[in-house]
Amino acid sequence: MDISIQTEDFDLAAELVALRKNSHQIGALVSFIGLVRDFSGDEKIENIHLEHYPGMSEKALEKIIAEANARWNLLGVRVIHRIGTLHPGEQIVLVATAAQHRGDAFAACEFIIDYLKTAAPFWKREQTTQGIKWLNTKDSDMQRMERWDAHQITRQGDMQ
Amino acid sequence: MKISLLYFGRPRERLNTSSEIADVPDNVSTLAELLDWLRKRGDNWAQELADNRVRCALNQEITDLSACISEKDEVAIFSSISGG
Repeated sequence: MDISIQTEDFDLAAELVALRKNSHQIGALVSFIGLVRDFSGDEKIENIHLEHYPGMSEKALEKIIAEANARWNLLGVRVIHRIGTLHPGEQIVLVATAAQHRGDAFAACEFIIDYLKTAAPFWKREQTTQGIKWLNTKDSDMQRMERWDAHQITRQGDMQ
Repeated sequence: MKISLLYFGRPRERLNTSSEIADVPDNVSTLAELLDWLRKRGDNWAQELADNRVRCALNQEITDLSACISEKDEVAIFSSISGG
């Protein structure tokens, strides 16, 4: 299964072993992990709460992964997104990509997390020492996603 | 017309509603009109569902508010998404 949305934590090493078992053509594995920070501006974060839209979130992630597969030569993708209450230092999200060459794996990993941030239906609420705040999509995240759209970046693997 | 409504993020919390089956009048035909109709429920609804505070998904696809709705559609109403 490429996609998991779960409350439980995940083990990066075990996930990468599982991903690379699929094929001995894999020459590159790239992973990104998003973590809960302990600050938000000047405020100290006590915890965050993540919720999602069951059914749509899986479909949105499948669509993002399909788009990544159309743009790059990938041999495997793994996405895990946690939901529920998480504390500073805890893992939130894993994106791992496998490819013959690193160019495809790096680009696809970045693409998937950039798209996930702006197109997958997850919501994050921070509990800081000052109170509760629902987070908006960051302008910087929108810009990162638009960059992929604008350039229609495809075969970075060709540059190797 | 019966529409399944789901709420996520800030409106779910502030309106204390995560889902409902709404019996929508016949003159409500788009998502924008659906939001207008829901805003008449009270000040809290008018404030939380202001156009600049919410987005909608129609049958699990994020959609422009001009989209038409029909019987048994699933409409989700939510604040800005912020995963990852």
